[in-house]
Formats: sequence, structure tokens, C-alpha cells
Amino acid sequence: MAIEDDVLVIGGGLAGIAAAVGAHEQGARVRLVSHKQSTMRQASGLIDLLGYTPNGDGPVVDPFEAIEELPEGHPYERAGLDAVRAAMDMFDDATGEMYAGSHTDKNALVPTHGGAIKPTARYPDSAAPGIASAHGDTLFVGFDSMIEFDAPVAADHLAATGVPYETDGATIEFPGNLRDDAKVTRFAHLLDRDDEVAVDGTTMPVRTALAERVKEHIDGHDRVGFPAVLGDDNAAEVRAELADKLGASVFEVPMGPPSLPGLRLEDRLYEYLHEIGVRVSTGNPIVDVEQANGEIDRVVGDHTGREVPYKAQQYILATGGLVGKGIDSDREGVYEPVFDCHVPHPADRYDWFEDGAFDDHEFARFGVPVDTELRPLDADNVPEFENLRAAGSVLGGYDFPSEKSGSGVSLATGYAAGELAGDRV
Amino acid sequence: MSDSQQPSDFEPVDVFAETDGMDLRPGSDDCYKCSTCDTNCPVAEVDDDFPGPKFQGPEQWRLKRKDDYDIDDSITDCSNCLRCDTSCPSEVPLSQMHNTARSQYVDNQMSKLSVEYIRNRILSNYRTSAYLASLFPRTATFVMNFGPVRWVMEKGLGIPSERDFPEFATTTFRQWWKQRGGAQVQNPDKRVAYFHGCYSNYNTPEVAKALVHVYEELGYEIMVPEQKCSGTPMFANGMLSDARRHAETNVENLTAAIEDGADIIASCTSCSLALRQEYPELFDIDGIEDVSNHTYDALEYLRIYEDLEAELEGAEVDFPDLAYHAPCHSRNQGLDGQALELIENIDGVMAEDVGDSCSGISGTYGWKTEHYDVSMEIGEEMFEHMEHAEGDVGMTECPTCAMQMEHGTGYEIKHPLEVLEAALVSEE
Repeated sequence: MAIEDDVLVIGGGLAGIAAAVGAHEQGARVRLVSHKQSTMRQASGLIDLLGYTPNGDGPVVDPFEAIEELPEGHPYERAGLDAVRAAMDMFDDATGEMYAGSHTDKNALVPTHGGAIKPTARYPDSAAPGIASAHGDTLFVGFDSMIEFDAPVAADHLAATGVPYETDGATIEFPGNLRDDAKVTRFAHLLDRDDEVAVDGTTMPVRTALAERVKEHIDGHDRVGFPAVLGDDNAAEVRAELADKLGASVFEVPMGPPSLPGLRLEDRLYEYLHEIGVRVSTGNPIVDVEQANGEIDRVVGDHTGREVPYKAQQYILATGGLVGKGIDSDREGVYEPVFDCHVPHPADRYDWFEDGAFDDHEFARFGVPVDTELRPLDADNVPEFENLRAAGSVLGGYDFPSEKSGSGVSLATGYAAGELAGDRV
Repeated sequence: MSDSQQPSDFEPVDVFAETDGMDLRPGSDDCYKCSTCDTNCPVAEVDDDFPGPKFQGPEQWRLKRKDDYDIDDSITDCSNCLRCDTSCPSEVPLSQMHNTARSQYVDNQMSKLSVEYIRNRILSNYRTSAYLASLFPRTATFVMNFGPVRWVMEKGLGIPSERDFPEFATTTFRQWWKQRGGAQVQNPDKRVAYFHGCYSNYNTPEVAKALVHVYEELGYEIMVPEQKCSGTPMFANGMLSDARRHAETNVENLTAAIEDGADIIASCTSCSLALRQEYPELFDIDGIEDVSNHTYDALEYLRIYEDLEAELEGAEVDFPDLAYHAPCHSRNQGLDGQALELIENIDGVMAEDVGDSCSGISGTYGWKTEHYDVSMEIGEEMFEHMEHAEGDVGMTECPTCAMQMEHGTGYEIKHPLEVLEAALVSEE
């Protein structure tokens, strides 16, 4: 016996989740398998569609318009503009109140923890009061032990972009004498539960204590931005209480890994899968493939050393890119480890990269090429398997860090691949 | 094209001296410091003194390459839930690093005369205490929960008096097995060896009996080899030489069963995890890989080798609604979804997931006075979700999670095999 479903999605990040939802909406019984936790937890939680064109022009004002101009082979071109719109609608449904930005096709400009402004299509509601295009004197507040966010530097950087309002930064000690390398979950947990902390020889609830320390710097600012650690399960409540106590709106600045907005998004999307009835198995990798007549018959999961077969009619590969290990390389070449799909790349590995860190690296575009049904293509442009589709950063032909298109491509190609697969069942 | 030079005589540099023990260097190098493990650590979330798994694992491993560095005391605050292991996107063997560090700490830095050491040794050798208790089960259950005795245990040994000792069965599973004349089904083609572990033998034989009934109903011949503790509580307390002694017996008897054509099944997810993952990570014993490669969780095995959906078609039971908690050690094996998927097929019982938080007890961890509060604070989220769930009966595969669930909510706790038994096996 195999563990059997209609559609099997391999990979548990944004693309895999979107694929599972797409297939489920076509009436298929869907299982999502993922090996480890997804790299979503390391991401900012912002949903970028397209911030810059492949030529580096930008920031792009209307990503939907710009997507229509993309060259053949770009994942958005493969999936089609309708798929992008459908995927964003699905994302808005799944996240509901948690995300903002759906009121317009245009990109929003969200301040990052470096004080740069990032063009993005959807952003957590916790970041909404802070968007750079909205007017309001802004105070960034950092914590002295959290060196990833230097509030005065971020404020200066934001000011340097020419925003027409005051920006200032203050660094305070987070109340409660936390250890210097306290985990982001530690901050969030304390604020979620509003635990009592020791402050200046007495104890008080941590939200109150934090507000007291920020008040000294508030000085008429309209809004206050904190590093994104303001609660996890009760994040909205934490922000509301701080805003009330400070008499200013409160927002979170998305941070680098580990990222609470990423974690919250992951939690929400898995909850959504659970609500609609997608089956999820995590913890075991898919390591082998059994074929029959040019199709995938079964795949084999490695359950701590034992081989366990999973069977479906349609399969979706959404294992991620170089960081998520959906694409891997050694000294001999670049490969896709699960199905061994063709990954075009220069034979000489010294042609894979350029010298400057921010140069236009070949490796950034490594991934599997697909047809317009999102089926991976072999070296002769023939689908590798009739019943396999690929989505997300395992795809080649685009450079998501420089385009700021990672989340959007994952959602659009994932959702489209899911719909196509679900429809074939 | 890069203008970097192709190095002609590339020689990897040996940074650290050769070790004769386990080589954790590649695992340590795999860590790219994303801190995903730290965000999964239930202890770091509530205990400010705990530096988290990234430190306990790869960072401490690097520090101790130098002789002048002791293992940090905080290693004893790790609960061994292994969530860091499951979460790592880069395959760093965190549990192996924690287990070896803890063992070095206990061997080299802990006084063998300290109350803590003696208490930990007693806790981790639960099988011995349980065996003695099983000789006088009713008396033992009474004495172990008798106020003055518990006061002495708290003051003398650091065993929190808040906890209730589990009841000892008046007939152990092995006694029952012997009385019924062993296996009732003979089948050389479908043979399994049951690793029941200590808890379902001495405390919850109903779980072990449910397994026997379900497997026999499906035509399996069950073997019950002689066995000792899986080692889980010993790993968690750094008692690796105790664990090795038990592992030697287990490996010997289980490899014999494998030679007789059996696969090994376990009903406790910490036992299956130990046999599958920790054994080959920690010990080099003849046949240990074989044992690892033939061990399954009891439900997982049926899901692979039987068409359980067809078997359960039309099955109807009269069973209370359940609030299900997936133990960390089942997550570690990728088994956290299976019980609910199976129960979906059974009419008359509803099971609801109470979320992915850790129960907080982590075996012997919550049985130590110094960890009791942390253990309960970690468990708080699970208790709240259990209260919110429809069912007023809990369900889990892990015996100590079950203790914690009962302790925090007062619910009776069932094992998924008991639900399967009710659905598949007609009353005798």
C-alpha cells in the first residue's frame, strides 16, 4: 500500500501551500509533504509581486502592468497574468484581516529595518501604519540588545530618501532585563501574555513598562515603529494597547531571520490548509521516484530510514531554490534533487557567478524551465513527466532577490500549478 | 565569467584535531545561523536563562574544541523535545549534539554524589522503579502519592509534589500476554515484534492490549521479545552508559526477531524515535542499523501495509470526542498528522487538534522541581487549547505528554490505538 491522494504537493513554503489550495479548489484530495520547516520563517512576511524589472528599472509603480512586459520564460510569463490575479485573491481570502494592500494594484513602499523603502504588494497589517508614502512624523524605537535594528540609523536612512516628514530614532532597553541574545519568541511571548517584569525595583506588566520607556522619546511623533517582535498569537492586541498608551499609532518594521511576521504568516496559512481540509505531512523528505509510461507512478518518502511510498495522480514540485534546497549543486554541476529535472547552467562553474556581491550572477536564475502548463522541461524542451508541475523558487529564469518578486512568483505559479493539477484529476 | 583563479592544488584545511568519537564537524558546519531552531525552542520562549538550541548545538560544539571550555550548565535545562531537530532547514544534527554534550556534562562535570545526579539516575531508570512497583502495584500507587512520602521526595530529591504519580497496573502487559498464552495468530508472512516500552507494560497495559487486538484482527502474528528501556529518559539525563546497556539487550533481542522475519513496531513515539534515530546516532552496536531500519510506529506501519481506509469504511464507534495533542517526538518522525487522518474515517468519534505547541513535560524534565514551573508554562498553551476543544477526553501517543495533559486539565487521556481497537475489533 501507498499513502494515496489525488494530488501530492512536495514542499511546504508559499508555493506549495498555494498549489495545495489551488488543487483543493478543483475538488481534488490533496496532500502536502514537506521535509523541514519552510524558509518562510526567515522571510520578512512581505508579499512582493514585482519591485524592479529584470533590467533593474524601478521601483515599479504598478506590478501588474510591469508583469505583462516580462520576457518569455519568466515564471510570471509562464503562469500568465490571470493566474497572478487569481493567486493574490486567494492570498487575500486566506489571510483576511492579517494583510493589507489589496485596495490597489500599485506597490506600497514599506520601510525596512535598514531604513530603505521596499516596493511590495501586500504587507502585514502590523506594518500598515508605517508605510512610507503615508504622512506622519515617525519615531523608530530599537532595543539595545537587538543589534539587527539600529533605530537612529534606520531613521536617518529613511530621511535620506526624502520623505516629507520627521523621522527620528531612539534606542531603549527592553524592560525585564532579558539576556543579551534573547530569542525573538521570548519578546513575543512576554508581550503576548503581558507578563509582569522587574523594572526599577518594582514589577509591572511588560506592555505598560515598554510604553513608559518609549514615552520619554515620543515628543509629538504620530507613529512609532518597533522591530517586529510585538507578540505572536495576540499581536493585534499588543499593538493596540501600546498605541493607546503612547497616543500614537504603532507599527512593526519587518526584520531579518528569524522573522515573526514570517512565522505568523506560516501559522496562518497552515491553519487555512487545515480549515479547508488539505492533508499535511511534515518531517520527512521525498527521496526517490518510481515511473511508469513517462509518468510518475509513486514517490518514496524517507521516514527516518524507512522507505514509505506516496501515490497520487498529479504531482507538484515546490521544494524551493538554493536556500530551500530545492536546487542543489556540487563541483560537477547544478541539479534538482527530487526528480532530477533538467537545470540549465554553464558547464564551467566559474561561469556561475560574477565577482561583485551585487553583480548580475548567473546562479540567481538557476532553476527548472517549464512550459506554459508549468511542467518541467528536459534539455530538448519536452516535459519531463506528464503529471509533474513545478512552482516557486525551484523555477529558473528569474532573479527574485533583485526583482523583489519571490513571494509573488511562488503564489502565482503555485496556485496555477495547483489548479492545473487539480483539474486533471 | 568570473576572473577568479581556478585553484590548482586545493587542500581542505584541518581546523580541528581528529576525534575518535562521533564526528559532528560536518553537522556543525551546516549551520548557517538562521535561528529557526531558536524560534522553535519551547524552553527559550519562556525561560530567559536558556540560551537556546543554536548555542547548545553547533556553537557549543565549536567552543569545546578547546580543552579549557566546560559544557555550559544550561545543557541540563534543555528538555530534549527535539523540536530544533525537526525544524532545522539545514540538517544540523541538533539532538545528537545535545545528547553528546549532555552526556559529557554528566560524566565530567556533575558530582556523582549530588542529589541532582542521584535523582536523575532514579528518574531515568524508571523501568527499575516501575518493575519494583509492579510487584506490589496497589501499595506502590498509594505510597507514591502519599503526602508525607511526596514531601520527603520533594525536599530530599527535588521531585515536585504537585505531580501525581501514574497508577501501576495490577496486571502488567507482559503478565497478561503470558496468561493468554502469547500470540493467538500465527502467520509467517505478517509478523511484527512489539516494543511495548516500560509505560504500556507497567502503567497502561490497555494501550498494549489495544495494539495486540488491532494487529491480530488484521492477521498479524505478534512477538513480544524480552526488552529493556528504550533509553529515552537516559539520553535526556545524559546517562549514556545506562542507555547503552539497555540498548545492547534491545538490539540483541530485536535483531533476533528481525531474523525471524518480523518488523518492529512501537506504540510510544519516544520509544520508536529512540530505536530509529538516537540508537544509530549514539551507539555503535552490532545490528543497530538493522533495528533502526526495521522500526515503525504502530499506526504508521498499518497505514503503509494495510488499506486502513477500506478497513474503516462503515466503522462506527461510541467514543467520546477527543482533544488530540501530537507529541514532539511524533513530529520528529513526521507522524503528527496520521492519527487525526485515520480518525476522520470513523463515524461516532471526533478528534480535534489542539495545536502544535509542546506539552512541556518532555519525559523526566517536568518531574524535576527546578523545571516544574517552566514545564507548566510551556504547557499552558496546550491546556488552553484543550479547554477550547469540543472533546473532554484527551488523546496522544506519548505517555508523559498524557501525564501532563491530565495534570493540566484533569481529562482522561486515550491512545489512538484504543480508538482503532474500538472501530476494528468486535467485543469478545
